[in-house]
Amino acid sequence: MASVTTAPAAEAAPAPEPRAETILHMVGRFIRPAIALTFLLTVVAGILYPLTITGIAQAIFPSQANGSLVYKNGQPIASSLIGQYWTQPQYFHGRPSATSPTPYNASNSGGSNLGPTNSALQAEIQANIDQVRKENPDVPDTTKIPIDLVTSSASGLDPDISVAGAYYQVPRIAKARGMTAAQVEDIINAHIQGRFMGIFGEDVVNVLELNMALDKAQGK
Amino acid sequence: MNQSMNVQVPQAAPPSQQGRIGRRQTTVRQPRQNLSLFEPKILGRAVIDAFKKLDPRVQARNPVMFVVEVGSAVTTIEWVRSLIDPHLQGQQGFVLAVTLWLWFTVLFANFAEAMAEGRGKAQADTLRRARTETPAKRLAPGTTDYAPGMPFESVGAPQLRKGDLVLVEAGDAIPSDGEIVAGVASVDESAITGESAPVIRESGGDRSAVTGGTKVLSDWIIVRITSNPGETFLDRMIALVEGANRQKTPNEIALNILLAVLTIIFLLAVVTLEPFAIYSGNPVSITALVALLVCLIPTTIGGLLSAIGIAGMDRLVQRNVLAMSGRAVEAAGDVDVLLLDKTGTITLGNRMAHEFIPVNGTTIDELAEAAMLSSMPDETPEGRSIVVLARDTYHQNEPHDNGAVTFIPFSATTRMSGVDLPGREVRKGASDAVLAWATARKASTPADLQPTVERIARAGGTPLVVAETRSGAKPRILGVIYLKDIVKTGMRERFDQLRKMGIRTVMITGDNPLTAKAIADEAGVDDFLAQATPETKMKLIREQQAGGRLVAMTGDGTNDAPALAQADVGVAMNTGTQAAKEAGNMVDLDSNPTKLIEIVEVGKQLLITRGALTTFSIANDVAKYFAIIPAVFVATFPQLQALNVMQLRTPHSAILSAVIFNALIIIALIPLALRGVKYRAVGAGRLLRDNLLIYGVGGIILPFVGIKIIDVILAALHLA
Amino acid sequence: MTFTFNGLAQIAVFFLILLLLTKPVGLYLVAVFEKKNTWFEPVLRPVEKAFYWISGVKEDEEQDWKAYTVSMLVFTVAGLLLLYAIERLQDKLPLNPMHQSAVDPALAWNTAVSFSTNTNWQNYSGETTMSYLTQMMGLAFHNFTSAAVGIVLAVAVIRGFVRRSGKSLGNFWVDLTRCMLYLLLPICIVGALFLVWQGVPETFNGSAVVTSLEGFKQTIALGPVASQEVIKMLGTNGGGFFNANSAHPFENPTNFTNLVEMLWIFTFGAGLLYFFGKVAGNTKIGWALFGAVSFLFLAAAVICFGAEQNGNPLLNTVHATKDAVVSVDQTYHEYALAQPGGNMEGKEMRFGIGSSTLFATVTTDASCGAVNSWHDSYTPIGGMIPMLNIALGEIVFGGVGSGHYGLLMFAVLAVFIAGLMVGRTPEYLGKKIEQQEVKMASLGLLILPLSILGFSAFAIVYPHGVSQISNPGPHGLSEILYAYTSMTGNNGSAFAGLSANTPFYNWTGGFAMLIGRFGFVIPIMALGGALAGKRIAPAGPGTLPTTGVLFSALVVGVILIVGALTFFPAYALGPIVEHLLMLAGKTF
Repeated sequence: MASVTTAPAAEAAPAPEPRAETILHMVGRFIRPAIALTFLLTVVAGILYPLTITGIAQAIFPSQANGSLVYKNGQPIASSLIGQYWTQPQYFHGRPSATSPTPYNASNSGGSNLGPTNSALQAEIQANIDQVRKENPDVPDTTKIPIDLVTSSASGLDPDISVAGAYYQVPRIAKARGMTAAQVEDIINAHIQGRFMGIFGEDVVNVLELNMALDKAQGK
Repeated sequence: MNQSMNVQVPQAAPPSQQGRIGRRQTTVRQPRQNLSLFEPKILGRAVIDAFKKLDPRVQARNPVMFVVEVGSAVTTIEWVRSLIDPHLQGQQGFVLAVTLWLWFTVLFANFAEAMAEGRGKAQADTLRRARTETPAKRLAPGTTDYAPGMPFESVGAPQLRKGDLVLVEAGDAIPSDGEIVAGVASVDESAITGESAPVIRESGGDRSAVTGGTKVLSDWIIVRITSNPGETFLDRMIALVEGANRQKTPNEIALNILLAVLTIIFLLAVVTLEPFAIYSGNPVSITALVALLVCLIPTTIGGLLSAIGIAGMDRLVQRNVLAMSGRAVEAAGDVDVLLLDKTGTITLGNRMAHEFIPVNGTTIDELAEAAMLSSMPDETPEGRSIVVLARDTYHQNEPHDNGAVTFIPFSATTRMSGVDLPGREVRKGASDAVLAWATARKASTPADLQPTVERIARAGGTPLVVAETRSGAKPRILGVIYLKDIVKTGMRERFDQLRKMGIRTVMITGDNPLTAKAIADEAGVDDFLAQATPETKMKLIREQQAGGRLVAMTGDGTNDAPALAQADVGVAMNTGTQAAKEAGNMVDLDSNPTKLIEIVEVGKQLLITRGALTTFSIANDVAKYFAIIPAVFVATFPQLQALNVMQLRTPHSAILSAVIFNALIIIALIPLALRGVKYRAVGAGRLLRDNLLIYGVGGIILPFVGIKIIDVILAALHLA
Repeated sequence: MTFTFNGLAQIAVFFLILLLLTKPVGLYLVAVFEKKNTWFEPVLRPVEKAFYWISGVKEDEEQDWKAYTVSMLVFTVAGLLLLYAIERLQDKLPLNPMHQSAVDPALAWNTAVSFSTNTNWQNYSGETTMSYLTQMMGLAFHNFTSAAVGIVLAVAVIRGFVRRSGKSLGNFWVDLTRCMLYLLLPICIVGALFLVWQGVPETFNGSAVVTSLEGFKQTIALGPVASQEVIKMLGTNGGGFFNANSAHPFENPTNFTNLVEMLWIFTFGAGLLYFFGKVAGNTKIGWALFGAVSFLFLAAAVICFGAEQNGNPLLNTVHATKDAVVSVDQTYHEYALAQPGGNMEGKEMRFGIGSSTLFATVTTDASCGAVNSWHDSYTPIGGMIPMLNIALGEIVFGGVGSGHYGLLMFAVLAVFIAGLMVGRTPEYLGKKIEQQEVKMASLGLLILPLSILGFSAFAIVYPHGVSQISNPGPHGLSEILYAYTSMTGNNGSAFAGLSANTPFYNWTGGFAMLIGRFGFVIPIMALGGALAGKRIAPAGPGTLPTTGVLFSALVVGVILIVGALTFFPAYALGPIVEHLLMLAGKTF
C-alpha cells in the first residue's frame, strides 16, 4: 500500500548530517574564510577606504576636510561650523552649552541630558534665565525669552541661534556698539539661513557670522 | 455503458444504493444525533469532570491553564495569610473574591473541555451498548457452507480471534468485524450508522464487509473474523468519539507553543513589574500581580482550545463521518482539489429517460408505447423513469396488467431486458445487444439508428435501443431511448461556492472523454478525468500534490485504496471494502460521496473557530491593561487615574471586574467553541475582513464594555 | 500635542523621498544578491574572485541554515576578538596622535560586543578614548561588516521564505563579500565625499586650535570623520566619531546632510522590502509590509513631533529669580521673529523640533542609534516613542537586515494568529506555518522582553544600577529601560544621562547586546531554514491574502498588541506616569 503522505507532514525528514566532518573540513569551511575575510575586509574598509577618502577630500575640499576653519589676519579664529563661547556685550551670544569642563569645549561635545521633570533642569533653566536677564537689562520684562536662549544645545557646540533669539539681543548690542537697533536688525536679516528645500530644519542665524558682520560693519 | 449494469440488480436496490441523496430527511436517526448542546445529562457529568480536571497533572498539559491554577493556589495562600496577618485584614474580602474567580476561571475552562468530551462520551455509551453480549457461534475452521442445525461452539465475543469463522443467523448480533464467506443477509447497521433501514450484505464483491455490533435481520451468513478484540471498528469508533487518547493536531500543537510563549512573556512582564514598582515606591500586592497575569495570558483560547478540537471531531461524527486523526480534519480545511466521482455525487446514481427518438419512420407513439410496455414490470430506476416519461410526456396510458406478461430481466450476458406477451416480444437494451437480437429475428437495421445512438453517446447520454416482434408483422427496431445522466440540482451553485472558497473540483468518471466533458460542462466542475482507472486517479493526485495542492477524494472499492492513501483527505465509504476503509483517513458511515463537501466545511469551521478565539483572546488584553494597570498604581500616582478610561470605581473593583470578565468570557464562549463559527463560502479576503472585524476589533471593544458593566454591577451590589 | 504645518511637511516629504528610493534600491539589491549584473562588475569582479581565492570560498557552494549561521557566528567572533585586542593594545599601536591609553577590560568588552553586533552603544566619549587606529581598523571594520552581516542574514532568511526547492539559503561568505564590494563601499565612497563637501572633516590631524574674537582658546577635535559617518548611518550602526554623535556640527553640519543621513538609515530597510516582494514573485507582498511599517513610522514620527513641539509645561512656570513676570517662549513662530519653540533642551538650532524628532524616530525605527538630539531630555511621551520603536524590534523599515527579519517574524505570527480565520491552516507565501516555524518565531518574540525587562528589573533593584541614574523619579526608570532596550535591540542610542560606563553596565549590557543579536538571529535563521524547501501552495481565492491594506492592518495590529503591549506595565511607571506628573507640575 502506498505510504500515507499528508500535506502538513510534507516537510521532509532532516537531511542526514554529513558523517564525521573532519576538523580539516571545518577549518576549510568556516575558520579559513573567517580569518581571511576579516583580514581582507579590515584592509579594505579599515585602511584603504579611509585613506582613499582622505586623499580625495584633502585634494578637492581642503577647507571642509580640515574643519572649515575661519581665519582672520592669517590666524584661525574659529570653525564656521562650531559654536563658541561669547561673553562680551557687543557680540551676539550663543546658546547655553553643557560641555565640560568649560562651555563650548570642542574636544568633548555633549548635552546636559537633563530629563524634563528633573528639578535640576528647572534650576538650570532658571539660572540661564537669570543670566539672560542680567545680560539684557534693556529688554522689557514682558518680552518672553526665546526658548533656545535658555536651553542647552545637543552638541554643546551649536553655532546657531534662532532669529527670535538674535532679535532679543539687539538692544544690548546696539547699546554696546553705539549702533541703532535697525542697523543691527539689518545685519540679522541679512544672515538668516533658510530651511533646506524650504522645508527641512529651521531658520537660524550663525552667531560667528553675525559677530564678524558686526565687526566688519564697524570697520574692525 | 457498463455504468448501468451495477444498478440493474435483480431485486430492489439495497437501501445503501437507493437514492444516495435526500436520505437524511427520510430516515429515522438514533437519538444520539439529536443531543442538544446543553443536554442536562451531559451538563451534570461535565460539572463533575470540571472538578476532576483540577488535578495538576491534567492541567500541566495546558500551560496557560496550568499557570492560572498555580496563580489560584498562590492567591489562596495569600487569602489564608490575610486571615492571619493583621496588616492584611482590610484585604480579606478582595483577596477572597479574586481567589474564587481565579478558581472559577480554571473550572470554567475544565467545564468547556468536559462539555465537549461529554457529547462524545454520551455517544460512546450508546455505541458500547451495541457491543454484543450474546455468545457467538464459532464454526469449525474451513466451513464454507451452511446446513441447518450445523454444529457450532458457543464462545463469548472477546474470545474471537482473527481468522475464526462464525455463523450469524437472523436475530443474532454480529460479534466482531468480518468478511462474509458465504450467505446473504439483511443487516441492521443502525448501531453504527444511525440508519434504521436495513442493508444487504453478501459474500464476494464490495459489500462483503460486516461490522461488529450490527444485527442480522433475516437469513444467515458465515463470517470470517478480521479483527482481534479491542481493535474492531466499533472499538475504534468508541475511542474516537470519546476522545480517550485524542492526539493534539499539528496546528493545535503549534498554537499551544505560541500560547505557552505568550504566557512566558506576560509572566515576564508581570514579574519584572514588581522591581519597577518597588523603585517607584509602590510595591504591588501578590494578589494584584496574579490577577494581572491571569488577565493578560490568553486564557480564553487556552481554556477553549481543546474543546474546539474535540467539538470539531464531534461535528464530523454528527455528520456520520469518523475521522481517524485530527490531522485529517485540519487537512480537510486546507483542501484545494476535490476529486468527486461522477455517479452518485455529481449525477444522480441512475440515469433517467429523457427522450424517445423513433427511427425508420416509426411513430413516436409506437415507440413510447413499446418502451413503456417493456418497462412496466421493471423496478429499476431507469425502468421506472421510462414509464414516467412515457406517461407524463408522451401521454401513454398504462396498459392493463392482464397477468399474461412475462418479464425478461436484465442480465449481464444478454445486456437487455423486456417483456413477452402473447404474440409479442419487446426488448430494450444496449444497442449492439438489441441489434443482435433483432437481426437474429430477421429485422433490418435502419440507416438512421447508428447516427442517433452516436449522437446520444456524444451528449453524455446512454442510448437504449427498443425493438419488437409481433406475430404477423416483421420484427423491427422502433427507436432509441435517450437515458440521460441527471446532474443533481444545486450542484452548479455548490461548485461555484467551492470555487469561491478556492477549491477546484475534478469529476472522476469511467465515461469516455466526450461524454465526460458534456456532463462536466453541465455540472460546472472545473475539470474532469475521463476513463478513469485507479492508475490515472493516482497520477492525478500526485500531480496535484506536486503542485502544492491538497487533494480530497472518496472511494469505496479495494482498487481505490492506493489513491485513498495518497490523497490528503481520503474518505472511505462505510459500504466499501476493508482495504478502502483502512487506506482512507476518514470513514463516511452514510456512504454518501457528497459528504466530502461538508467535511471540507467542517474542517474550515474548526480552523476558523480556533483562529477567531485566538484573535479574540489576544485582542482582549488591551482593555484588561487599562483596567488593572491604573488600579494597581493609582495609590502612589493619582495621576494614573487618567488611564482609567473605563472610569472603574475603585482599584479593587477594577481588578475584580477584569478577573470576573476574564472568567465569564470563557463560559460565554463555550457555545461558540462547541458549535463552531459559522462558515460562509466567500473569498478568503472577505472572510478575513469580516472575522477580523468581529473577533479582532470586537475583541478589543467588548471587554471595555463588559468590564465596565461588571464594575457597575459590583458597585450596585456593594461587593467591592 | 502641538503641530506645525512645517513639522508635518518635513515628515511627509521625507516619506515621499523614501518611497521614491525604495524600488531602485530594491532592484539594486536584487542585482547584488541574485548575482545579476551590477554596474561595477568590470572593476570589482576580479577583486571579488581574488577574495574567494584567498579565503578558499567556493562561489557556487550553497549552505543550509545551520552552515550559514555557523559561518556568520565564526566570522563575528573573529572580528569581536580582533577589536578587543586592538582596544586593549591601542597605546602600543600606531596612529594614536592623541596618546589614548589602553581601554579598560569591561569597556573594551562592551565596545567590542557593541560594534560587532551592529549596536554601537558607546560607553565612552569618542574624542577622548579611542585612537585613530581603533576607530579606523576596529570600529570602521565593524561598521561595515556588522551591517553587511545584518543584510546578508535578512537576504538568507528571505531566501528561506521564497525558495521553491532545496534547503539552502545561499553562501554566507559570498553574500558578505558581494554586500561589501558592490553595495556598501561604492555608496560610502560617494557619500563620504558628499559629507566632506558639506563640511564634515576628513583628516588625520588630531585637532585644530583656534583663538576666538573674544580671545578664548578653543581646541577643536578633528579626524577622519566623513568616511566613518557615512557607514555609521548607512550601516545603521550609529556609533559616533564624537560624543555628541550626529548632533555634532562636524558629523551633521547642515539640514542637507541631516536629510541624507536619515535616508541612509532607511534606504536598505525599505529596499529590502521591495527586494522581498520581488524575489517572492509578487512585489505587492513587499508593499503590504511596506504599508504596515509606513503606518507605524508616520504615527511615531507625528506623535514624537507633537509631544516635543508642545514643549515642557514645567518650564512655563520657571521665572527669573527676581522678576516673576518674565517667562520663556516655547511657541513656534514662523515669520518675523522666527523660532522653533518647543522643547529645545538637548536639540540643535539648525534642526529645530521637526528635524530632531524625525531623526529620533528614524534612528530608532531602524536599529541605527545615531542621535542628533538627546533623547534623555525629550518630554516623556516624546522620549517614549524612540524607546517603543526599539522595543518593537526596530522593524519599521528596519536596520540593515535585522529589522527586516524581525518584521518577517511578526508577519509569520500575524499569519499564524489570524490566518486560521479564513479556514485554512496558516501559510505565508504559500508555505505552511507549522510547529517549527511557530516555535522559532515565538522564541524570537520572547527574546526582546526577556532581555529588556529582565536586565532592567535587575538593574533597578540593584543599588549600583540605580546609583548611575542622572534623572530621578520615573525618568530614572526610563533611563534604565532605555539602556537595555537600546542594547538588546542593537540600537545604540541612549538616554545618555545614565552613566553606563561601569563594570556592571558594561558586562550586563554586553550580554544584552549578544542576546539581542544572536538570540534573535538564530531562531529567525532556523525559521528561514524550516521554510526553505517547503512546497508552495498556489495562492487562490481561498488562501489568506498577504497583500493589500487588510493584511497591512493585521500586521500592525499584531505588532502593537503582541509586541508593544508587553511593555505597557513598565512604561506606565516610566514615561507614562512621568508625563502625567509633568502635566500635574511635579518635579523630582
